[in-house]
Amino acid sequence: MAPVIDVSDLHKSYGDVAAVRGVSFQVEAGEVVAVLGPNGAGKTTTIEMLEGFRTPDAGTIRVLDTDPATGGSALRQRLGIVLQECGIDPYLSVTEVLTQHASYYDHPRAVDDVIALVGLDEKRSSRVKTLSGGQQRRLDVGLGIIGSPEILFLDEPTTGFDPSARRQAWELVHRLRDLGTTVLLTTHYMDEAQELADRVIVISAGAVIAEGTPETIGGRASAKTTIRIPWPVDTDLAALPLTASRDGDHARIETEAVTRDVHTLTSWAIDHGVDLEGMTVTRPSLEDIYLELTNASEGPS
Amino acid sequence: MKTLRAFGRQVFWEQRSFWRNPASASFTFAFPLVFLVVFIAINGNETVRLPGGKVKFAQFYVPAIAAFGVISACYTNLAFTLSIRRDNGLLKRVRSTPLSPAMYLSGLAGNVIVISIILTSLVTALGILVYGVTFPGRYLGFVVALAAGAFCFSAVGSMVATFVPNEDAAPAIINFVVFPLLFISGTFGRVESTSTLGRIAAIFPIRHLNQLLEGVFNPNTTGTGIVLSHVAVLLAWGLGTLVIAALRFRWEPRRT
Repeated sequence: MAPVIDVSDLHKSYGDVAAVRGVSFQVEAGEVVAVLGPNGAGKTTTIEMLEGFRTPDAGTIRVLDTDPATGGSALRQRLGIVLQECGIDPYLSVTEVLTQHASYYDHPRAVDDVIALVGLDEKRSSRVKTLSGGQQRRLDVGLGIIGSPEILFLDEPTTGFDPSARRQAWELVHRLRDLGTTVLLTTHYMDEAQELADRVIVISAGAVIAEGTPETIGGRASAKTTIRIPWPVDTDLAALPLTASRDGDHARIETEAVTRDVHTLTSWAIDHGVDLEGMTVTRPSLEDIYLELTNASEGPS
Repeated sequence: MKTLRAFGRQVFWEQRSFWRNPASASFTFAFPLVFLVVFIAINGNETVRLPGGKVKFAQFYVPAIAAFGVISACYTNLAFTLSIRRDNGLLKRVRSTPLSPAMYLSGLAGNVIVISIILTSLVTALGILVYGVTFPGRYLGFVVALAAGAFCFSAVGSMVATFVPNEDAAPAIINFVVFPLLFISGTFGRVESTSTLGRIAAIFPIRHLNQLLEGVFNPNTTGTGIVLSHVAVLLAWGLGTLVIAALRFRWEPRRT
């Protein structure tokens, strides 16, 4: 099947600053893809080119087999766009704003369904200006999905949310995915990408530096596991049965054979009467991988 | 038909939003109405010399305030709406939907026309019922003057909005442009055409709308009240500023 988003060798500069330099990727129908990257990496510039707000200096974009810069109203019928910092008429109510926007689309969702989906039932008659930041953001998402879009663009959808609002937003994305909506989202939050994305694209300094599932990206699947145990500063690391490095008042052991090494360690501790209270075994998080990737790409070259 | 319905809906939502915004609704309406009442209270017993003879102050002042109403509804209102909505991203949001930009802007224009009609009707009715102003039955002239004025001042408002950098700067810029011109154009008191101020004012559109409406309300003359030279100046200003507005128009906030 042809990808619903096909980006190849995208370039965009603002004056002397090259914001995007050679970004290429594809998104298949029904996929949830997260674009990760530090501030100023080119995420928003890239997504705004896909939405038709900016025209690339070079490269090609196909969204639903259409050039978004010239797709106009017909293409926007099929897209849901949730931008950053985008106002809503403060003097209309939640229901009114959704009703107004529903009339722009040929096949809108029912206003009541959208209100329920974004969890604004209790605020349906409230004026937009009386909503909290999180509630306005939910209304943003509601306006993004009112036209039953085939592709939903979410630019940092949960920035500024409290933990329970984020959970609800994630729940919503899961539901939209189940309904077959393709979602392209940008985020700063690794747990969000981990939770939502089928695939993660890491952008740094205007280029794609890694791409893969949250489980395997950046060699995460094959990366070493870390065992940390409390190990007072004045104690010799050589006393341990395994090769370890100093990590503050902890000893740190990197391993590819977790079961064997943990067994070695615990048997040794029991035999020697050592207390391993506080021992942790962690696989590298998506965040570790992300930081490693972006530091490597932004560091001195 | 579908387009007409969509236009009607846009105007409907704009109207609803307008009347719920206490600042815009009260400023647009309060200024002209308060000026009307206060200035007639101060100068009500005076007479003003117009072509064809003297008239009571109110007979001169009601058309001037009707003109101010059009300026308030179209210029001030549209300049504020466009600059504030651009700054807070509302205009950008419109571009994310299938609604055509032309339809959105038509809705805004339709909204200010509705407000102009309400405001000028209110001023005229107040003049006739409370201040004994006579309307010499020049309906066509009235409509032509209001239409030319609404077009002109909507265009000027759209243009000025493109020079407003952000929401905070809006009141200063928008009012600073219009108030001195209102004074020299004779909105708040007679300014002779032969005076220096009158000659300067004749360069700008406000005086021409004032004189058009003054002619429409002048009971001592005959004719339609339509003066083509005034209409032409209003249309020229409208077209000129519309072109500049279109060239400079931006949907996105200015962020530095």
